[in-house]
Amino acid sequence: MASRDFVNRRLHSFLGLIPIGLFLVVHLTVNYFATRGAEAFDKAANFMEKLPYLVVLEIVFIYLPLLFHAIYGIYIAFQAKPNVKRFGYYRNWLFFFQRWTGLFLVIFLAWHIWETRIAMLRGTELNFEMMANILDNPWMVAFYIVGVLCAVYHFSNGLWAFLVHWGIIVTPKSQRYTSYLTVIIFILLAIVGIRSVFAFVNPDTVAMM
Amino acid sequence: MAENKTVVFIISRQDGPDATPYEEKFEVPYRQNMNVISALMEIRRNPVKANGEKTSPPQWEMNCLEEVCGACSMVINGKPRQACSTLVDKLTQPIRVEPMRTFPVVRDLAVDRSRMFDALKKVKAWIPIDGTYDLGPGPRMAENKRQWAYELSKCMTCGVCLEACPNVNSKTDFMGPFVFGQVELKNAHPTGEMNKEERLESFMDEGGLQGCGNSQNCVQSCPKGIPLTTSIAAINRQAAIHSLKSFFGSR
Repeated sequence: MASRDFVNRRLHSFLGLIPIGLFLVVHLTVNYFATRGAEAFDKAANFMEKLPYLVVLEIVFIYLPLLFHAIYGIYIAFQAKPNVKRFGYYRNWLFFFQRWTGLFLVIFLAWHIWETRIAMLRGTELNFEMMANILDNPWMVAFYIVGVLCAVYHFSNGLWAFLVHWGIIVTPKSQRYTSYLTVIIFILLAIVGIRSVFAFVNPDTVAMM
Repeated sequence: MAENKTVVFIISRQDGPDATPYEEKFEVPYRQNMNVISALMEIRRNPVKANGEKTSPPQWEMNCLEEVCGACSMVINGKPRQACSTLVDKLTQPIRVEPMRTFPVVRDLAVDRSRMFDALKKVKAWIPIDGTYDLGPGPRMAENKRQWAYELSKCMTCGVCLEACPNVNSKTDFMGPFVFGQVELKNAHPTGEMNKEERLESFMDEGGLQGCGNSQNCVQSCPKGIPLTTSIAAINRQAAIHSLKSFFGSR
């Protein structure tokens, strides 16, 4: 019998891509409307907010998978005994960062969800203004930039790991080419994420970027 | 000039499995092409520390002296490797020698690698051919398959991949990277293939293949150059297909 350990690990890998990874891409894309101005963002956010049976969608496709991925991920992260000092190979560093970004994201996302989704439940309206207020000080901007970069890194490298965990890329060649691909995905999503953050801080600068 | 040249060794000593480790410094006369084993033999012959004090001869394991048995694995200047094939000329001094502490230390540099042999037993890394009568010859193996399978058969259970792996430690029961190569080898064998599912099932159990976190240190460290990460992904594929087949059914 496949052990519970095996099933949990594979479920963790699967949920990381579907739905969490896909949600991240959708989320960053909606955010990107901010680069077209407050009105465009409000319209996009409003569309997402007005989706039918939103609560069900959120619970099934975001909250439950994210909770499992986060809690089981903490368990996985603390099982490793990092040894990048002795074995400073490229993949070992990525392995190390995968665990650290994951742990940081638990904190970042808890904060982020508190400030946005829970604030919305408590009466703050979800719009461009809300994010502009959150990003009103340089520390918060830095925190959000690190958060976005961690999320994008964790997703890109996790995508590579997903393909290995499920035995899709087997040969060293396919693993290497997939590495290049995930680096490109990381760079593109990082640009999308960071431009969106700056759009809330200073819309005029982003329009020029 | 070569007459009085010496090599400095700092050896991690430990009097017993639960004793506290301590370091001892030795100066060994240099000889051409010497390896770490020959230096250890010299220290054993004349167990006098660099400061002139007499000490007990250090303990370690060795057999073949040509990097095929895997017994003399130890951590030399931070990297796990075989003492027999590690040449002194290629090392920076002082040369630090420690046991592979991923394993229980028996004494000094000697470690107990039993967990590796237990793991091989657990995943049934053998080809069952015993019966009550002669079953005749098994199916033939294709030459191209034999060629890559031969690479996997070079594993000497030396323990270097376990020492290098960040996921093999006291917090997990992960059996280690070498198991992937051995399961793939036996699953590739035309007779062994008949018990493929059994082997996968036991490797999907606690401490099994799911313990791999893809740091890929194993393939970088393997002294025999075994493509372990290729085996890992290949076994991941076999396990994924097997788990879907056994869940949904296939006949």
